[in-house]
Formats: sequence, structure tokens, C-alpha cells
Amino acid sequence: MKHLKPVNQKAGRIEQHLARDVVALSDPQSGQATPQQPDEPHIPLGCSLVFQPGWEVDSSGGTAGLCSPVERDLFDCYLGCFWPAQVPDQLNYTPDWTKTCAAAQKDWRKIDLIFP
Amino acid sequence: MSVRSEVALSTGEYHAFEAAGRQFLYMVPSAAVFGLDETSAAVLEHLGGQSMAASELVDQLADRFAPEAVYHSVNELMQVRAVGEADAPPQPLAKQMPPTPFPLTTLVLNVTNQCNLSCGYCYEYSDDKIVDTENGSQPKFMSEETAQQSVDFMMGESAEIETVHLTFFGGETLMNFPVLQKTVDYARDRAAQLGKGIEFSLTTNATLLRPDIIEWLADNEIGVTVSIDGPKEMQDQLRIFKGGGGTYDIVVPKVRELLKRHTTRPIGARVTLTKNVLDVKKIYDHLRHDIGFTEVGFAPVTTSWGRDWAIGDDGFDKMIRGFNVLAEEFLEAALENRHHGFSNVKDTIEEIHKGISKAYPCGAGLGLLGVATGGDVGLCHRFAGSDDHKLGTVADGIDHRYQVEFLETHHVDDKTDCQKCWARPLCAGGCYHEAHTRYGTTRGPNLHYCDWIRAWTDTCLRVYGEIAEHNPGYLTIFEGRDQ
Repeated sequence: MKHLKPVNQKAGRIEQHLARDVVALSDPQSGQATPQQPDEPHIPLGCSLVFQPGWEVDSSGGTAGLCSPVERDLFDCYLGCFWPAQVPDQLNYTPDWTKTCAAAQKDWRKIDLIFP
Repeated sequence: MSVRSEVALSTGEYHAFEAAGRQFLYMVPSAAVFGLDETSAAVLEHLGGQSMAASELVDQLADRFAPEAVYHSVNELMQVRAVGEADAPPQPLAKQMPPTPFPLTTLVLNVTNQCNLSCGYCYEYSDDKIVDTENGSQPKFMSEETAQQSVDFMMGESAEIETVHLTFFGGETLMNFPVLQKTVDYARDRAAQLGKGIEFSLTTNATLLRPDIIEWLADNEIGVTVSIDGPKEMQDQLRIFKGGGGTYDIVVPKVRELLKRHTTRPIGARVTLTKNVLDVKKIYDHLRHDIGFTEVGFAPVTTSWGRDWAIGDDGFDKMIRGFNVLAEEFLEAALENRHHGFSNVKDTIEEIHKGISKAYPCGAGLGLLGVATGGDVGLCHRFAGSDDHKLGTVADGIDHRYQVEFLETHHVDDKTDCQKCWARPLCAGGCYHEAHTRYGTTRGPNLHYCDWIRAWTDTCLRVYGEIAEHNPGYLTIFEGRDQ
């Protein structure tokens, strides 16, 4: 910190904590801190944390007016969420599961079943 | 974190103070201390109690600082939460409870509830007492068996703690000297068996000190605190024998012997300040320099409203003036790396340096418990023996559910008055026993002390700031020590 001087031990720990955040943003090659980025929007991980209405049925009981394309159901656990027992698991076991599915609305039939 | 230039900003929660020509912030509730440079001091001064966008700050400070410097300074102040967005919803921190069962580090044994003195203000015997010491169920003296059970209880409750502290209290502790001796031997053996360290201390009025007792205290490295109120005219006002005679002439020669022979541990004096015993500087000089105590600590008497000895508002002003004089002396000594024996300031400086932010005012019911003469376990020595504050017994153990309930209901976050006070990281509402005596409940803060606590904490912060600027090496004596 340039304008504040940490004086006691607690202030020192706060400075270290803040410095770690800056290191996390720095370029690993040069070790130089990258220019300060605005905070990323906070996206909670895990489907139980996300409230997204309109996946299942629309207001008329059909699927024509969903807020999200129905195909998103196929991908949401796969891409937006991870925990170790999950299948399919894009981090460890099935990183290529959607390789053949360039556009979900068109290619979703190409996605195969997964057997652990 | 980034500064949005048009969003209104306002100041966060802190106490600003000045020392050694520099501005400092004492952050609340983190208890961090930051020194400000000119830019950040100017930013906070302009922001004051109002809300203002960063771009306005830049404009107002344009003749003194470059825009980038102001933005950078605001960014840092926001990172440490000295500044925040004015309209941001409050983000209260979650109430943090200590882990339970919390290991015991200190056990205080009330080895007797009897005393050979008759000090008017004594919380154990005066009208403010909460333990029935005369007609109650607790025996007058702790038995050897109960003392040993207490030691076993302490060893069990201390879990993985490497060094435990056993403190003897009373009544007058030396009235039960035989049990003291046997308990120290027993505790030392038990600690050795368990591979733990153990330290002992006791508090006494010094009237019963004899050469053989002094020898024993020195040989066993028992820390000794002497309750003494100052020069003869002050000591003899309220610290009197049952017949009414003063104790000064009996006590002082014995204390001098103690100080001469017992050099294995620092010997401290503990002064109770009352309405007419308030000349802090005179008391300190007498006890430290004329008699030779290593440290002198002061505490205002615990009393309900309206007692003859209760300190009034003007008395608190006098007391704080005396404390400030001694704090200045302490500072001069610290800058030259000399010892100064005013323990009130030293203890607070240590807490400031470490950045301690308390959820509870003291360790009572947490890492410290008190045992009454019959073996009942209370929050601390002041509550030991009170049926209303009983956690269990040393023989049967304590009810940890009661302990958890106590901790949940006495957390500083639940003390509404404290939530507006910048001194809460150090005070946390103050002594439970004091609150109980004044207000009839342990749950509330000691509101009669608030102004005094804030004035005193401000003094200690300024002393700390001076030391940190001019002789930071001195502060290393506080580092690495257990709290």
C-alpha cells in the first residue's frame, strides 16, 4: 500500500491479505501486477444457488416461451457446476462430452450417454 | 476493488487519532491501526461526515494532489473499509462464536472466603456481595481434596493447552496456606505426568506474610499480586482490620521483605480506586518508587450506585487525568527502552499492537473459570459460589451447554449500545461482575464507564502511535507472547 502504512500486527495481516489478491491477478511469467481490473460479476457456482425461472414450463404450461432455451438443461450441470460425484464431469472424466455438439439447439442429439 | 468516480462515498467505522505529527486510523471492528499519508488524511478530512463522489473529492483536492493520487488513496481506503459506497447496503459481519468446548488456560481457586480485613468496599463482603460467604452453603476454607479435584478438572478441561495457569484467590489466600502448599506440589506433579507446563500466582493483602511463606513463594516461583491502595493516608481509609485499625504499618514492612527475597517473578501491586483515593500519580510513585513494586495496576472500585466510596463523574475525570500523566511517563520510558511499571497502559498497548478485537470483555467462562471453596465452578473468581452463576462442580464437571448459552448471550454483537462505539474491540462492554453489581445483569455493557473507556483508549492509541513512529523496536516485546 502506498497511502496507508500498516502499523500494528493486524494491519500487517490485512495488507498481506490484500497483496495476495493482487498477486492472484499478476502475470505469472513476469510477476508484474496487471493493471487493476474491475471486479468480475459474482456468479455463484452450484445449481442449488442459482434461481433461474422458466426452465421447465412457461406461463402457459408449454415450452415455447421459456426464458432459457430448453437445451440449457443439458449443459447446466456439465458446465456451470462441479462436484466430484457428478456425471458427466467436465473437469476429470468427460472433458470431451460436448465436442460433437457445436450448437445445442441443432446438435443436441449427438451428445451420448455417459457410463461411469 | 475499483473506485467508481461518480458514486457517492462516505466514511466507514474507525477512530482517527494523531500522534507524532501523523494521522492514524484505529479500524473498527478489525482493530487494525493504519498510518495515513497526506493524501489519505486529506481525503478523509474532506469526506468528513458527508457523502461525496470520488470525482468531487478530486476536484476539491486538485490544488494539492494529482487526480491519480486521490483515486489511488480512495481505493486503498476502500480496501481497508475506511471508506465505502454511501448507498451500499450494510454488510454486517456474521457473529463469530468461539469453538467449543473452549480449552481452559486459567483456573482461579478461591481457597477461602474468609478474610482478616474488613475493607468497606470489598465485593465479597460488602452490601454488594453476590456470594453468601457467611451463611451460605460454601465452606469457609477449601479442602485439600477439593483443591486436588480442581487441579484434575483443570488438566482435563485444558485439552491440548501446553501451559496452564493456576491462580489462588480469596478471601485472604494466605489464611489457607497449608492447602496452598499441598496444591502447588500436587499440581506440579500432575502437570509433569501430563507433559504440561504450569504457572502459579496468588493475590494477597500481605498482612499474613512471614519469612517462611516468602521463602516458599520465591522457591516455587509463585507470581504475587498485593492488594494495596497507596500511601498510609490512602491505604488506611478503607483497607482496615476488623477492629477498624489501618493496615499500612503492618503491610509495608512485610512487602519490603517480600520484594527483597522474592525475585523469581515480578511482584505487582493492585490498587482499588475509590472516591477519596484517586491520586493516581501519588499512589504510583509511592508503590513503585518508595516501596519498589515492579508493576502497579489500578481499577476503580466495583460498586452499586450511591455507596460512600463510589466514584462520581468528577472523580472519573480526576482519575483519567492521573492516568494520562502516568501514560506520558510510560511513553518517555518506552522511547528510551526503559521499564515503566504502569501496567494498565502496558496491557492495553499490547492489545493494540496485536490488533486484538474482542467478542468478550475477558476470559471469564471461556478460557478462565473460578472455583468456590466447596468446588462449585463459576464464570470467574468473582462469581464462584454464586448459585445463579454456577456452571458445575470440579467433581462432576461443568455443563458445557450452559457455557455455550452464556457465550451466545454475552457476545459483543448482542450489546446494542456497543455497536455504535469505536472502543468495542478493546472493551466489549466491560466486566460482567461490574455490570451485575450496577445493573443486576451480566448481559449489558457498563454504561457508566463508556466515556472514561473511550478517553483512556484514545490516550493509549496516541501513546502507541508515538512509540510506533519513534521507537518501533520497543513493540517487539509484545510479539510472540500468548494472549
